[in-house]
Amino acid sequence: MSASLFDQLISLSAGVLLLTSVLLVWKRSLIAAVRLLALQGAALAAMVAVIGVFESDLELLAVAGLVLLLKGFVLPFVLDRSRVRTGAVREETPLMNTTSSLLVLSLLTMLAYLVSQPWLALDPGPTTAAVPVGISLVLYGFLILTTRRHAISQLVGFLVLDNGIATVAFLTSGGVPFVVELGASLDVLLVVLILRVLGGRITDEFGGAYLDELTELRD
Amino acid sequence: MTVLVLFPLVACLALAVSTAYWRTPILCRFSGLIAAATVTVSGIALSGVVLNGSTLTAGGLLRVDALSAFMLTVVGAVGLTATWGGLPTRSAPATSWTYSALVTLFLGAMSLAVLSDNLGVLWIAVEATTIATAFLVGHHGTRRSLEAAWKYVVLGSVGVAIAFLGLVLLYAATVAAGRPTLSWIVLTQGHLPLDPSLLKVAGALAVLGFATKAGLAPMHSWLPDAHSQAPAPVSGLMSGVLLSVAFYAILRVQAVVNPVLGPGLMRGLLLTAGLLSLAVAAGLIIAQRDLKRMLAYSSIEHMGLLALAAAIGGTLAIAAALLHVLGHGLAKSSLFVVSGRILAVEGTTQIAGIRGLLTRRPAVAVPYLAGMAALLGLPPFSLFFSEVAIVIAGFQAGLGWAMAVAVGLLLVLFAGLARHSANMTLGQDSATPADLTRLDPTPHGPQLPLLLALGVTAVIGFATGPLSTLLTQAASLLVGAP
Repeated sequence: MSASLFDQLISLSAGVLLLTSVLLVWKRSLIAAVRLLALQGAALAAMVAVIGVFESDLELLAVAGLVLLLKGFVLPFVLDRSRVRTGAVREETPLMNTTSSLLVLSLLTMLAYLVSQPWLALDPGPTTAAVPVGISLVLYGFLILTTRRHAISQLVGFLVLDNGIATVAFLTSGGVPFVVELGASLDVLLVVLILRVLGGRITDEFGGAYLDELTELRD
Repeated sequence: MTVLVLFPLVACLALAVSTAYWRTPILCRFSGLIAAATVTVSGIALSGVVLNGSTLTAGGLLRVDALSAFMLTVVGAVGLTATWGGLPTRSAPATSWTYSALVTLFLGAMSLAVLSDNLGVLWIAVEATTIATAFLVGHHGTRRSLEAAWKYVVLGSVGVAIAFLGLVLLYAATVAAGRPTLSWIVLTQGHLPLDPSLLKVAGALAVLGFATKAGLAPMHSWLPDAHSQAPAPVSGLMSGVLLSVAFYAILRVQAVVNPVLGPGLMRGLLLTAGLLSLAVAAGLIIAQRDLKRMLAYSSIEHMGLLALAAAIGGTLAIAAALLHVLGHGLAKSSLFVVSGRILAVEGTTQIAGIRGLLTRRPAVAVPYLAGMAALLGLPPFSLFFSEVAIVIAGFQAGLGWAMAVAVGLLLVLFAGLARHSANMTLGQDSATPADLTRLDPTPHGPQLPLLLALGVTAVIGFATGPLSTLLTQAASLLVGAP
């Protein structure tokens, strides 16, 4: 693979990652959210595969397969089953309206570029140039977690955050050691499965999965 | 010797799997206790092996030094207090196999966390503790416990995800330095030319993430909910030792960051979190209405104190912090076990609903008062000595103002805890005076584990013996001084 093609492919997958996250903040439909999350997982896997091919790293190609399976198929599938269980179609009333969310989003993106300056100065190259995208994803994940009220939306926020961390990991160091990658993926899968079960029980118990109705524990 | 390192992990896993597979009443009842005993024995054996300054390694990912061996002993000892003291009475419904298997896995995950050399594996183990405890917090299946479990899993996972981002950046720094690694020993002794600006972000994120799991303010909001809703033995384990395991992770990260950046960054972060935790705990304990929430806020207080000790640094402060981890773990798990018995016999954990416990149920009230005396830091309990040592070390390090604030807040906390405890044990119940004449001498659970735990807390302050060597060694590993 030539250096310029590598450059373009990395930029393309980073672009898809950023675009899907912006759409995730924009759209309130939970069905669309699950599909966008699957697309984002696939884009992340593609990015890992591109780095793997460029560096002729077989281990990284195996990781790309793992990422595609987990983030492209399994996690969105679990999320969709969970959505069907709670019977929700869209996030009805988020704590922040779409316009202000998008404004905050642009501020967060600028913040991500600002905090990424040390890397850009340390080692300029196509992969480090895309690091701010990973940081942006982490910040967007936080935004979704703090402004959405539905259990599924919060899960989406957690997964966007996780995708952001994975993006930073692959771009800065070609991923963490394989054992750690495997363990971390398993942990994320288990956390999502646990939250799915808890979300289902909350729906049964409270008659809905809007989490701001959970106010029994206070001081 | 490698076998000794793997033994507690394999034993916990095997016990959990067999409990889940066979589900016999004996296994369901005792697997947590057997696992805790195994971890304690392994911890003491490993402490004996590494006492001469040597280390054991296994598989390149596990490594036992004085600090790991000590922490493993704490995990075991607190686990033993919580699982043994929390054994249900014969008349109570049988323990479910999921509960026992998850408690056993929880103990295994904490053991893995303290035995791992690789910071990535340490992270996986800390995240695994969240996974193992999620259903334990929601075990009662009530609205309150579900709410607590959801908040616990979301905030806990997001917090440790931030720590993972920190570790990712740390790994990136080692890649840039030409030697990709997450091994703690290589990071601290390999003299890697790590980029300071990258390490600064990495260290701050990792500490922030693990601090969420350690329940330090301002990331503490999940803690009182989770610790008050979980079954009593699980609350004891979470408050007594899981928080300390997260604190242990902070200590390891600090030892990587400080030699490169100097102590300034970590000191600033930990000092802020420590004082804020003490202030939050003080504010919310004064007017607390629930016994278990009061104990949970007291854990935030003690984590704050540990954060202050880590901020001070130096062998004295760190050794005192480790002694404090042991003393607090034993006292807090005993108190949570007693709170479970109070809930079982009184039907409530509301402080206002519990009166005259000492005259009505002396066998429950006496362990409660002894545990509270230990927790309040009254001599001869070891918490007295560790708190005094931390404050002295703080003054020596030139942090006199912070220590003055901390001591002031500790006095407020002392008053709050003492007042609530006095009301519950000594206060007269005017509404039902007939109740006071009925004496209930049964202890409602095994007393021996509480006696052992509080007895150990009472003597380790001055009769330390080989423990002081172990603590000094562990502290100097972190501080870097011989």
